[in-house]
Amino acid sequence: MTHRQALWAVLFCVGILLVVLGVLNGGARDVLAKAVKICSECIGLG
Amino acid sequence: MNRRLIQLYSALLYNAHLRGFAEGKIYTGSLKTVCAPGLNCYSCPGASFACPLGSLQNAVAASADRPAFYVVGLLLLFGLLLGRVICGFLCPFGLIQELIHKIPSKKLKKSPLTRKLSYAKYGILVLFALAIPAYYALQKLPLPGFCKYICPAGTLEGAVMLLLHPGNDALRELTGHLFRWKLTVLVMVLTACVFVYRAFCRFICPLGALYSLLAKLALLGIKVDKTLCTDCGACVRVCKMDIHAVGDRECIHCGTCIHVCPTKAISFRAGKIVLHGPSLPERGTKS
Repeated sequence: MTHRQALWAVLFCVGILLVVLGVLNGGARDVLAKAVKICSECIGLG
Repeated sequence: MNRRLIQLYSALLYNAHLRGFAEGKIYTGSLKTVCAPGLNCYSCPGASFACPLGSLQNAVAASADRPAFYVVGLLLLFGLLLGRVICGFLCPFGLIQELIHKIPSKKLKKSPLTRKLSYAKYGILVLFALAIPAYYALQKLPLPGFCKYICPAGTLEGAVMLLLHPGNDALRELTGHLFRWKLTVLVMVLTACVFVYRAFCRFICPLGALYSLLAKLALLGIKVDKTLCTDCGACVRVCKMDIHAVGDRECIHCGTCIHVCPTKAISFRAGKIVLHGPSLPERGTKS
């Protein structure tokens, strides 16, 4: 395994861990809560 | 491999809530818990996933309450698996820019100046997508700086699509200076795209800047067989992006270079598996 492949594997595991932690800490719920409302900033209203 | 078709399918998949366009309302289902990999405003009436960049800014803005693990993790996974293939194949706003660039006109080619300008997107990423949301997060004021002041995708896909609907009078009454500013940015970006290939992606897009940081690690993408490469430079010359070498941070893995390589050193790979290359003729083409 090259250094690059090892780094990829470590970062991939970190990514999975972050997603799991994010689901557990309510981050995923925050994304949904924001995405289901019209984003007034995005469309230039406020 | 028909890139345009993949771009169209992905744009349709990102915006599969077609009823939203007819009703002038956005989708409110649970699919929006997941971010799409490419830039697509979640206030677009058709959007069926969350915008990764908007979600990142909102996660940073809420980081005083909880760390932004989820969105950062998703972006990291997208970058490691797909890298800037997302820009070349899976970004609806990239597709829009490419179609606009087809309007016949004099085209501005890449140059040392455009290469320098390509660094601007990193400044925009740090300032508008990270620093401004983080600064206002300290004051408990959520402010997605890039969405609010720049994002032309939000203006086009979100604002214009919603405001055009006859049932959205209440939204139209709310438009003011900020909307006029964002509309100006949108017109400037789209006009620039007529003359400059993917002007927004090359100089402005913070999402492309993020993915470019993982370009060297991404599993999927254009790879060069160093044992076959003669450093002739044909690939860099044919490329419209500001690349120094195929597969570098500016490469969007569109595959244009594959067929100009005289030694057939370039292929589209997933790890070590060749998905598309000179050794694998496209279906329907004569060998």
